[in-house]
Amino acid sequence: MLRLLSNLRGLYKYRVLIQNLVSRELKARYRGTVLGFLWSFFNPLLLMIVYTLVFGFIIPARDPAFQGNPLIYAIFLFCGVLPWTWFSSSSIESANVLMVQGNLIKKILFPVEILPIVVVTSNFVHFVFGLPILFFFVLILIKKLTVYVFFLPLVILVQFVFSLGIALLVSSLTVHFRDIKDILSNLLTFWFFATPIIYPMTFITIRENRWLEMLLDLNPMTHIMQGYQNCVFYGEMIRWKRLGVTFLFALVLFILGYYIFDRLRDSFPEEV
Amino acid sequence: MVAIEVDNVTRIYQKYSARHRFKTFKSALVKGDLFRAMRPDELVTALDRISFQVKKGTTFGIIGENGSGKSTLLKIITGIAKPTSGKVSVKGKVSALIELGAGFHPEISGRENVYINGIMLGLSKKEIDQKFDEIVKFAQLEEFIDAPVKTYSSGMYMRLGFSIAINVNPDILLVDEVLAVGDASFVPKCLDRIDDFRRRKKTILFVSHDLTTVEKVCDRVAWLKEGRLQMIADPKRAIDAYLQDIAEKQEEDFEIRQREVEQKVKEEEEKEEKGEDRRENRWGKREIEITKVRMTSLRGEEKHVFSPDEGMKIKMDVSAKTRITDFVFGIGIFNSQGVRCYGTNTHSEDFEPQSIEGNGNVTYQVDRLNLINGTYYLDVAVHKRDGYPYDYHRGMYTFLVSSKYKDVGIARPAHAWFFSSSIQIKPSFSKSR
Repeated sequence: MLRLLSNLRGLYKYRVLIQNLVSRELKARYRGTVLGFLWSFFNPLLLMIVYTLVFGFIIPARDPAFQGNPLIYAIFLFCGVLPWTWFSSSSIESANVLMVQGNLIKKILFPVEILPIVVVTSNFVHFVFGLPILFFFVLILIKKLTVYVFFLPLVILVQFVFSLGIALLVSSLTVHFRDIKDILSNLLTFWFFATPIIYPMTFITIRENRWLEMLLDLNPMTHIMQGYQNCVFYGEMIRWKRLGVTFLFALVLFILGYYIFDRLRDSFPEEV
Repeated sequence: MVAIEVDNVTRIYQKYSARHRFKTFKSALVKGDLFRAMRPDELVTALDRISFQVKKGTTFGIIGENGSGKSTLLKIITGIAKPTSGKVSVKGKVSALIELGAGFHPEISGRENVYINGIMLGLSKKEIDQKFDEIVKFAQLEEFIDAPVKTYSSGMYMRLGFSIAINVNPDILLVDEVLAVGDASFVPKCLDRIDDFRRRKKTILFVSHDLTTVEKVCDRVAWLKEGRLQMIADPKRAIDAYLQDIAEKQEEDFEIRQREVEQKVKEEEEKEEKGEDRRENRWGKREIEITKVRMTSLRGEEKHVFSPDEGMKIKMDVSAKTRITDFVFGIGIFNSQGVRCYGTNTHSEDFEPQSIEGNGNVTYQVDRLNLINGTYYLDVAVHKRDGYPYDYHRGMYTFLVSSKYKDVGIARPAHAWFFSSSIQIKPSFSKSR
C-alpha cells in the first residue's frame, strides 16, 4: 500500500509526460483525416443515429419517459452511449497498449503505468468533446437542463477511477495471457447490454422481475450510467448512496489493479 | 569516487520451450497444464555473478561477442531490467543511448517528438525549450523538424534520437552500439561529443564491437563471455585477449568446415568411381595425384586463421603411379571476390622437372603472408609444362586472415612510415602503454 502511494507520488512528477502523450495521441489519431478532431463529435453522433433508427423506429421505445418520441429516446441513448464508448475503448486499447509500446518499455526507463493512464485519459478527452453535443440536443429537444448537471463531474470521477482500475488490470494481465484481448471484446458486448444504456431501469420487464433488477444493480456500470442519466436526461439528483458504494468499489478495483500491475511490472520488458 | 557499482549481479532468464508454453487460456485451463507449463524447462544465465566498479569520470568499455550479456548488463544498470540476484548502485543521472528514437511516434512532427522523448529521458519542458535549437542543429534537421517523423530517413531518425539523448546532459552516459548506423559525417560528430563528455569528467559506459574505437576512448575494458566476466584490464590487454579468443573459435569453425570439405571430396570420389559426372572443383586424370593438402604455421602446426605478419606453409602430399618426367607444381591464392592475389608454379620459377615416382611431398613456404583481412581460397595443382592437368584442386581449401589493421587492397606489401620531427603523430597502440 505504501509502495503504491509512493508510486503515485512518482507519477505526479511525470504529469507533463502524461499530458504530452495524451495530446500526442489526440493529434496522431486524426492526423491525415479531412475532418480532423471533428471526428470526435461525429463518431458518437453517427452511433446515436444508428441506435435511434433501430430502437426508436424499428423497435419503438415503450417507456413512458420517452413520450413516444424517438428523438427523446435518442437523447437518452446518447447519455449512455457517450460514456460507454469512453469506457469500452479505453478497456480495449489498454489491453493492447503494453504490446504496442513494447519498444518503449524495453528501451526507456519510465513508470509504465503511464501508458494505460494515457489511454484512459485520451479517451476521456474524446468523451469531453462529445458532451457539448449532448447538452445542445438536450436543450433543443427536451428544453430543460437543470442545475443537477453540475453533479456530472462526480459521476465522471467515479467512472475515471473505475476505468483506470480495469485498464491497469487488463493491460498487465494481457501481457501474460494474450487471450484476454478477445475475451474482453466479447465481454464488453455482453456488458453493454447488461447496463441500462439502451433501456432505462424503469422499464416494465425489469421492474416486474426482482431478480433481474438485483442482477443489474450488481453491475457497477449501471450506477455510473444512471448517474449520467439522472444529471442530464431526467434532471434529477444523483443517488448518493449507490454512487458512493460504486465509487468505493471502483477505488478497491483501482488499488487491486495497481497492485497486480506493480507485481507484474518487472516481467514486462521480457514479455511484451 | 565510484559512479557505477555492480555487485555480484546474476540474471537468469527462463526459457520456455514452444511445446510447453501455454499461449492460450484454453490450454492453460482445459488441459490443466497451467502449472506444468509454469515450470521453465531451461534456465538461461545471461549474466553470471558479475562484479565491477566504474570510477567517476572514467570511460569504461564492455566488449564481447553477440549474446555475451552486454546489453542485458546495460539494461540492468539503467534499471529497465532487474537482476535476479545481486545489486547495482548508480550515482547520478543516467542517460542511455541504447536505442535511439525509441518511442518516436511516426505520425507527429519531429518537434513534438523532441519534447516527448526529452521528457521521457528526464528533461523538463523548460530545459527542452532552452536546448531545442541545439538539438535540432546537432541533428542537422532544421528544415524537417516540423515534418512528421514517418517521413524521415532512418539516418535522420537516428540523428534526432542521438541528439536528444546526448543533450540530456547526464552524469553517466551509457552507449550501446549506436554509432553503427551513422553516416561518415555524423559518426565523428558523435565521437566528438563523447570526447567532450570525457573532458568534462563524466562517466561513460561504452559497449561496442568497434574495437578500434573502444581502444581509443576507454580507460578500462571489461570482456564478457557467455555471461561471465573474463577480465577487466586496460583496453589493449582486454582487446588482445578477446581477439585471441575469437581467433581460437574461428580456428575451430574452420576445422569443422575443412572436415566437411574432406567429407564432400570423399563422397564425390565415390560418385566418380561409379562413373558419374566430373566434379567442378577437381579435375585431371591423376597420373600424379595430390592426396592431401595442409596449411600450417612456420612451426608446422596445422591452422586456418593467420595474422598478416605470420608465415605459412602449404604442404601437399603427392603420389605418382608411374615414373613421370614432365610435371609442374603450382599454387594460387584467391580472395573472396575471386581475384587472384598471387599465383606461381615451379615452371615459372625455372625449376626443371627430372622425375617423380611413388609418394612424396611438396611444401610451399611464405615467410610473411602480407595479406589483408578476409577469407582466401587456395588452388593447388600438378600439371604438365604445356598445361595438361594431372590433378587440379580449385578453391577446395580456405583460410582466413584476421588483421587488426583496416588497410584495403588485395595485398599488404611490407612497409613502414617515417615522419619529420615537425609532424606530431603517434601510433594509437602506444597510448595504453
